[in-house]
Amino acid sequence: MSRVLVGVKRVIDYAVKIRVKPDQSGVVTDGVKHSMNPFCEIAVEEAVKLKEKKFIKEVVAVSCGPSQVTETIRTALAMGCDRGIHVEVSGKDYEAMGPLQISKIFAALAKKEEASLVILGKQAIDDDCNQTGQMTAALLDWPQGTFASEVTIDGETVKVVREIDGGLETIKISMPAVLTADLRLNTPRYATLPNIMKAKKKKIANMKPADLGVDMVSRVEVLRVDEPPTRLAGVKVETVDDLVAKLKANGTI
Amino acid sequence: MNINRLIALSKSVQFGKILTSNARHATKEVTLPNRTIRTHARNLAYAKDLFLGKVNKAECFPYPEIGNEELEEINSFVAPVEKFFTEEVDSKRIDHEAKIPPETLNGLKELGLFGIQVPEEYGGLGLSNTMYARLGEIISLDGSIAVTLAAHQAIGLKGILIAGSEEQKAKYLPKLASGEHVAAFCLTEPGSGSDAASIQTKATLSEDRKTYLLNGSKIWISNGGFADLMTVFARTEVVGEDGVKKDKITAFIVERAFGGITSGKPEDKLGIRGSNTCEVSFDNCPVPVENVIGEVGGGFKVAMNILNSGRFSMGSAGSGMIKKLIEMTAEYAGSRKQFGKNLSEFGMIQEKFAVMAQNAFVMESMAYLTAGMMDRPGVPDCSLEAAMVKVFSSEGGWICVSEALQVLGGLGYTKNYPYERYLRDCRILLIFEGTNEILRMYIALTGMQYAGKILTGKIKEMKKGNVGVALEMLGRKLGDALGRKVDLGLTGMDGVVHPGLADSAKKLEQNVAHFGSTVENLLYRYGKTIVEEQLILKRVADVLINLYAMTAVLSRSSRSISIGLRNHDHEVLLANTFCTDAFFKNNYWLTQLQRNSPENQDENIKKIAREVLEKRTYVCSHPLDRTF
Repeated sequence: MSRVLVGVKRVIDYAVKIRVKPDQSGVVTDGVKHSMNPFCEIAVEEAVKLKEKKFIKEVVAVSCGPSQVTETIRTALAMGCDRGIHVEVSGKDYEAMGPLQISKIFAALAKKEEASLVILGKQAIDDDCNQTGQMTAALLDWPQGTFASEVTIDGETVKVVREIDGGLETIKISMPAVLTADLRLNTPRYATLPNIMKAKKKKIANMKPADLGVDMVSRVEVLRVDEPPTRLAGVKVETVDDLVAKLKANGTI
Repeated sequence: MNINRLIALSKSVQFGKILTSNARHATKEVTLPNRTIRTHARNLAYAKDLFLGKVNKAECFPYPEIGNEELEEINSFVAPVEKFFTEEVDSKRIDHEAKIPPETLNGLKELGLFGIQVPEEYGGLGLSNTMYARLGEIISLDGSIAVTLAAHQAIGLKGILIAGSEEQKAKYLPKLASGEHVAAFCLTEPGSGSDAASIQTKATLSEDRKTYLLNGSKIWISNGGFADLMTVFARTEVVGEDGVKKDKITAFIVERAFGGITSGKPEDKLGIRGSNTCEVSFDNCPVPVENVIGEVGGGFKVAMNILNSGRFSMGSAGSGMIKKLIEMTAEYAGSRKQFGKNLSEFGMIQEKFAVMAQNAFVMESMAYLTAGMMDRPGVPDCSLEAAMVKVFSSEGGWICVSEALQVLGGLGYTKNYPYERYLRDCRILLIFEGTNEILRMYIALTGMQYAGKILTGKIKEMKKGNVGVALEMLGRKLGDALGRKVDLGLTGMDGVVHPGLADSAKKLEQNVAHFGSTVENLLYRYGKTIVEEQLILKRVADVLINLYAMTAVLSRSSRSISIGLRNHDHEVLLANTFCTDAFFKNNYWLTQLQRNSPENQDENIKKIAREVLEKRTYVCSHPLDRTF
């Protein structure tokens, strides 16, 4: 039976009003409420469900970042993961960290832990990159089932129903594989307080990217961060003809 | 939960008797309710010494702290509970349908919120009072749920927890902690609300001495409609040491399954409409003798301890609600424009936010100070402090919700916004868990009784004509009149208050000294009849509540400055503003308490009341009436 690696990312909570730092180097994160990326929650839920259905034996939650990410790993443990791995990255490395570095870390861990599946959220709500799952699969040369809205394991293969622009696409891929979770895959369970208490006893292993032979140097540099332009008031029109005339006037049609 | 639960008036009758007997037995030991049956001598915490004009620094300074591990744990609990309340709880619907949907109730059970303080070995979370208070901040987001949970665990099953035998705990706690069984607290009766010691429900022992038959009815029982297990208080015949038969109150664990229990229809209430409140009647309900909690005849103490142990959490619940209101209201005030300016730029609106911030600050500080004191080893009796937290928080909450609604004006008055629901939900806070009137009596009398004990000796001496004592007291009064400086050790070399708050600390010390001498004065003037003087006792209680509040904010902000907590400057601002305000209020009340004070209109007030109540109507002739 197999082992699943689940990636969880600590991001600014979805309900928080984001503010750009005065020096435009990024957004304000100090003192702001953080929580697990919603798509990562769905990934964790799927992994735990697979374990409950006895398709897999062990679920390992992984997160990369400074000491605060252990909170996120603990939430994953409270949802049902068996143990956690905290890959320590802090300071400049953490700020510059992106999908390339993460996918290298996950690829190394997947090999080290002999995982049969790596399940990630389709994207993080802070950077919206939508790259980590795909890059990880490429580095491992594993098949990928991205934007999964339904996952069924059948022996050594996985049937994945993917959400694509045109509708739904069903593919069959062999394990080991990388999956990324989309919104409709499942509804994540609440970490109940008794489970949180039990999770305290579960182990979180600590390591550095160097231990996995990963170099964290970023090839991307953030030049500037701006707020989106303030939404301008719209204009009301009386008839369809007026609408067409206005659209022609401003060059839209 | 009994909406009209507390008891202190009957307790005050006991105190009246104690004060009287004090005159004759100055050294008589007072037996006051113990918290648990495993007794420690009653160990009143901080407030009692304020009545003697003394500040017991060690009790409240430094502000209680919890360990890092505990802090991490409580923070990890907060997130899922908050998430549940924001996503799964539809407060508007609960209020409208006067019902908590079963799915929501199940979600709460699965989260583990039905056994927060039940020890882990019985399937609960085993959290401390401080942690319970922290979770209370979030649970209070919905009033009906908060009351349902509190009725179940803060009072419903508390009796088993604090006074139950090992067998009773092992038998009942696991299902209660998981929420499979829900509990209720049955004390209040149609004829016995505040005067709880006068309950008439009877429990008669059967011939074979194995069962009690319960007969009577209870009203205002929260969760009464569906509770599987109830803590019921009834009169049982007890043979005293002197062979005289008396009817004393006993606490029983009663399962609905025992039979003979009927629940009335749910009351249609102003607020907390989702919480089930109804009448519960017992008709020859058989209760095995093993289900007596504690001793037969010792039920009143059990009831007191239960009620005292849950009260402090109203502080954190109230502050949680106000903090949420501040956020919602500030959003509005910062965007709504009138007269070309944002509402937030107008003085009267700004004042409302200052009031809300101060109230939330004081409530939090008092709640966690009290919880921290209660969590100390040695089971200190913080019933006085808890009562003060309750009075302040219920009234502060009511004022703040009203002000928040006012900021939104007409919008706040509609059901499209939650303000009117918050207003209706929090009105109950002044009524249940002991009405604020009763609690003020309890607060004032407990302290005065303690001070009375100490001072009775001295006063007796003075009345006997002991010149030494008389001179000492005279000297002190002279010193006070000449404005002798007061130093109770809060500031200066060994001061416990941070220098940044020294001014406010001095105000507190001044108030405390003034309070101590005023109490002494009152005891001398009234002696045992002080029990009848509610308007005086009300002021005593109000001053004491302010003193405790000032202590709490000074302790909390001292710590914040010392450890460099984020935004501690704002805390200092809040603390100083509140303390100055409280200082002047206290002075005014204390002035009214002096002999022949012209500021004191109590005689007129009572006269007006007498005339109105005699005629049972407004007395004046109509302004338009003529005599010819």
